[in-house]
Amino acid sequence: MTQLHLQDALPNTSFQLDGHADDWREAIRLAGQRLTSSGFATIAYTDEMIAAVEQHGPYMVIAPGLALAHSRPSPAVLKTGMSWVRLVSPVEFGHAQNDPVSLVIGLAAVDETEHIDVLAMLSRSLGDQSKRAALDNAQSPAEIRSLLTN
Amino acid sequence: MNIVCVCGMGIGTSVLLKMNVENAASSLGVDADVQASDIGSARGSAQSADLIMTSNELAEEIGDISVPIVIVNNFMDVNEIKEKLQAALAS
Repeated sequence: MTQLHLQDALPNTSFQLDGHADDWREAIRLAGQRLTSSGFATIAYTDEMIAAVEQHGPYMVIAPGLALAHSRPSPAVLKTGMSWVRLVSPVEFGHAQNDPVSLVIGLAAVDETEHIDVLAMLSRSLGDQSKRAALDNAQSPAEIRSLLTN
Repeated sequence: MNIVCVCGMGIGTSVLLKMNVENAASSLGVDADVQASDIGSARGSAQSADLIMTSNELAEEIGDISVPIVIVNNFMDVNEIKEKLQAALAS
């Protein structure tokens, strides 16, 4: 299994730090556009991520203010990678505890294993409240990557 | 014990939950084999499980099942997972 590096999984083209969305669908579209810009997925994957929420509800809002938008490996996924969209104004996903969402992380995965290491790195950082606050205030993709790796 | 973490797709949310459940179990000194599963195969995976951990929305979608279901609100909060795991073990 090839080791996926953060720089490859979350390049500058994957970030939008001042996103504007009126609702959760638009928020997921922004995350999908960044996955497309980075060459991780086609635009069809955006519709698959939206369909996943329509089908299963807002369970992807996994922590206060944080949605992990994703679908499953499909022809619309070109490479494993992620996107990072910070919203200027948070939006409601309809989650009972964790609304409103201010950070949408998009995930495209070609299989069930390649993204695991990067996901573990995210989990360690986002579970730490002081680090989460630093990530919310970071000014550049490089600063965010550095916070995630240290 | 066997724990199954369930999410809609089986590759993102449930994998994150699996990592944090493993952390929580090891800090409680519980010997746990933790699997991630998508909702479509959850009822099948549940047959060999002692415990299912998932979100509120998906717990409703799984429906009636003989295995206890633990609902987690914050998948990133190892303390919440630890408390709920401990409560489930005690019951």
